[in-house]
Amino acid sequence: MNARTPNAAPARDAVWISDQIVPAGEPWMGTVAAGQLLRIVDLEGNQAVDTLFYNARDTGERYSAVDTIRAQGNLYLTTGSALRSNIGATMLTIVEDNCGRHDTLGGACSAESNTVRYALEKRHMHSCRDNFLLALAQHDDRLDKRDLPSNINFFMNVPVTPEGGLEFADGISAAGRYVQLRAHMDVLVLISNCPQLNNPCNAYNPTPIQILIRAAG
Amino acid sequence: MTSELWTENLKPGEHWSGVLRRGTSLRITALEPRANVAAIMYNYESLPERYNLADTLKAQHTAFLTAGCVCYSDMGRILCSITADSCGWHDTLCGLSDASLVAEKFGAGSFQQRRNEFYKNGRDSMLNELGKYGLGKRDLVANINFFSRVTADADGALHFDEQHCRAGDHVELRFEMHTLLVLSTSPHPLDPQPHYRPRPVALRAWVSGAASATDPCRLRCEENQRGFRNTEMMYLP
Repeated sequence: MNARTPNAAPARDAVWISDQIVPAGEPWMGTVAAGQLLRIVDLEGNQAVDTLFYNARDTGERYSAVDTIRAQGNLYLTTGSALRSNIGATMLTIVEDNCGRHDTLGGACSAESNTVRYALEKRHMHSCRDNFLLALAQHDDRLDKRDLPSNINFFMNVPVTPEGGLEFADGISAAGRYVQLRAHMDVLVLISNCPQLNNPCNAYNPTPIQILIRAAG
Repeated sequence: MTSELWTENLKPGEHWSGVLRRGTSLRITALEPRANVAAIMYNYESLPERYNLADTLKAQHTAFLTAGCVCYSDMGRILCSITADSCGWHDTLCGLSDASLVAEKFGAGSFQQRRNEFYKNGRDSMLNELGKYGLGKRDLVANINFFSRVTADADGALHFDEQHCRAGDHVELRFEMHTLLVLSTSPHPLDPQPHYRPRPVALRAWVSGAASATDPCRLRCEENQRGFRNTEMMYLP
């Protein structure tokens, strides 16, 4: 489970103050302080990483997909994208990205949406929303389903055509690709390392990711 | 229409909220060209259940809304169906304007200067209405922008279609769930027009009944058949 590919991020290098592996299908929560860098590594390739950010000092302020899209005039996230909150502030910016494009339209899978998208018999399957709900419930009684807006899917590819078509396409990520973000405020990070098995978002094979935090400066 | 329930006109910039019961339909009509009606919907009986942009798009393999589409909640259920649409495209990707955007584009437009024609913005308008139900910024989720068309090129860059909405354009929503509907007539955030000029719209509600077994929204795709099934389970005797 902890095997790293040769071109993965530097492991336990002195500059990283936190270095953790999140197994396939599991949630992760952590705090990144203003100025610090957050790096998410797709260790084995084509792994969707469902992610939300909250202002750590006021969790009612949180990542907003539509404010981010509107402000940058573009649907996709990559280097230079400013991740905006529901009150318009820049929470983080993407400062490095060797994958090239990340999704923020595809949302998170849930037991209920799986019944609609695939079959009623899929309800039992593990989902990102179950990860989100459990992580929030264990973290803080003030956070619940109301705090789960449209999220980011790092390393996921959901192209929109000029005619308005939308599909989950095969991933464009690969083993060792990563995205690095700088926090502009103290942020609470909520991640579900996506367990979806019914579409190509994880290449039908969910795999572990690595989460690194680097000190400000 | 003998089953008509009520009509109301919204003034340019006005925000509004109300409850539409299952089996009720609502027609929204643009009274002038270039209207925009931002909308968010909640299950009136369980407000944490609300419109979900991603589930709506994923289930129907579309990046915009038009007749035949339904609007999904986050619980695999359908808030409303779009049963008629004269303009063919409604945006749901671009969110709301906010106070800083409106000030930057249009300058100062305070109540003290303009009385009830003061410059409103989408986010504050929604927060105004949400507060009446005990909701707030946690409940600001991705909205629909009825009558607005925004396309994306191959690189994802957005283009606002200034010719899209004509006077008289209308969209009809049939509510499949008891729904709290929140509306703002503030201009679309990507509309490049240089002056603050929201447009008036008309609302008309009537009793339409729920979706039939052969309803086009139900039959649009297998996903929607399951979405209707999930919704109808909530209203069994």
